[in-house]
Amino acid sequence: MYVAVKGGERAIENAHAWLAEERRGDQTVPELSVAQIREQMTLAVNRVMAEGSLYDPDLAALAIKQARGDLIEAIFLIRAYRTTLPRFGTSQPIDTESMACDRRISATFKDLPGGQVLGPTFDYTHRLLDFKLAADSDVTEAPQRDAPDRRMPHVADFLNREGLIEEAPHDDTEPRDLTREPLEMPADRPLRLQSLARADEGFILSLAYSSQRGYGRNHAFVGELRIGQLAVEMDIPELGFSIEIGEITVTECESVNQFIGSKTEPPQFTRGYGLVLGQSERKAISMAVVDRAMRWEELGEDNVGAPVQDTEFVLYHADNIQATGFLEHIKLPHYVDFQSELELVRKLRREAGAEQVQEAAE
Amino acid sequence: MVRICYDMSSCIVISKVVEMKDHADDTTARKAWMNLLSKAPDGQIAALLDASGPRPDFTWLRPPEIGSVMVRGRAGGTGAPFNLGEMTITRCALRLPCDTVGHGYVQGRRKADAEAAALVDALMQTDAAATIQAQVLSQIAEARATAQQTRAAKAAATKVEFFTMARGED
Repeated sequence: MYVAVKGGERAIENAHAWLAEERRGDQTVPELSVAQIREQMTLAVNRVMAEGSLYDPDLAALAIKQARGDLIEAIFLIRAYRTTLPRFGTSQPIDTESMACDRRISATFKDLPGGQVLGPTFDYTHRLLDFKLAADSDVTEAPQRDAPDRRMPHVADFLNREGLIEEAPHDDTEPRDLTREPLEMPADRPLRLQSLARADEGFILSLAYSSQRGYGRNHAFVGELRIGQLAVEMDIPELGFSIEIGEITVTECESVNQFIGSKTEPPQFTRGYGLVLGQSERKAISMAVVDRAMRWEELGEDNVGAPVQDTEFVLYHADNIQATGFLEHIKLPHYVDFQSELELVRKLRREAGAEQVQEAAE
Repeated sequence: MVRICYDMSSCIVISKVVEMKDHADDTTARKAWMNLLSKAPDGQIAALLDASGPRPDFTWLRPPEIGSVMVRGRAGGTGAPFNLGEMTITRCALRLPCDTVGHGYVQGRRKADAEAAALVDALMQTDAAATIQAQVLSQIAEARATAQQTRAAKAAATKVEFFTMARGED
């Protein structure tokens, strides 16, 4: 029997009203402003921009406030908003060498032009809770030193001079866009990189870690990691020339991987690439390791059956909004589905019971 | 309220001159100021424009609209392009009474700034250019340069100086 059920409007309304109240918390505590979140929860804002796939710090901060700090919920809000925007066009590929670097390090070369610039990093902190932050604390201005420029050459260029590292030859093939067409296999490298750039940080981190531990290992070093600002340039048809339409912060990681050669390639270092909107070096390093692992086929390496080598598995499970949408929908009413399952189990048990009775009789 | 009417005849004269001038030079100059305007901090263009004098009348060719641009990167920094993610921008276009057209492109969702940027773009093509250059664009460029230098100096202070350790062999 099929029974249509309607109702719950009032319960839903009241639940949302309570949600708004709980979001605000104790009203004797001052309310957080969007600007405070944008300025002081920057890395959360950056993660929401990267995985929401929309660079807009104010919107990301608003989403975090609305989502009560649940970053996946905030990413969901940004993805939903993104679909309402008309797309004015596509930028020229950004020139990461033109980046004004806040941070630029290499784990492979100690002395490189431009040097090792640490930037505002958590590295080398003791990971001890700083109780001074619990009280109001004044910030002392960071030390400064004369600097002509923050632009620095890419580290890969140094190895290139000896021909010891594979090149990334210039190419102008129009990339596929998974926001415009369904993600279909086989996915070429540009499509994989788009998918990884917006993928869940935790998922990509775990895959990269699994590769390091031996499941599709590729001996990665961080050849270069850089964080900084660069201009985004776009052709404007009505002007007949291109202009910079803004400036974004990105994190770029180039991994350098040991490679003993294969049937198709000579012994050399190979590269994995990570590029993420905002400051997010854990994500960028993970992305580079995963990108390199997924290139096994093109480099003529063996498929050892590691999860990280399974492009289809990785790309179809990397998006946290798709994942959470499908996962969380099972908490929504499935009364009719469950009713039919219940009927089925009862029937099977009746039949099994009848068989036992018959066996006992025999 | 007092409104200053810009002298339209001078605009017409300038537009004739523009045709004769080297097109590439104009493009380079216009590109430079549009690059600066798109990245100006929230509210800065409008504040400087209003401080420089009353705004001219104009008609919308395209009222401010918010949209996105797909930002692309390149695999390995130099290889095949891929879609990295989108960013928000606001654009608009307007026409001054002298028929000069101004385009505004700014990062983010900022309709008032886009309008101010389009006015600056239009005025830079009129005989108000010198004033706008001095009172708006130079100010934006200066503030930006200072901010950039400060950031560069802070980054430079975190540059690692390596010391060779004595190895105790002699």
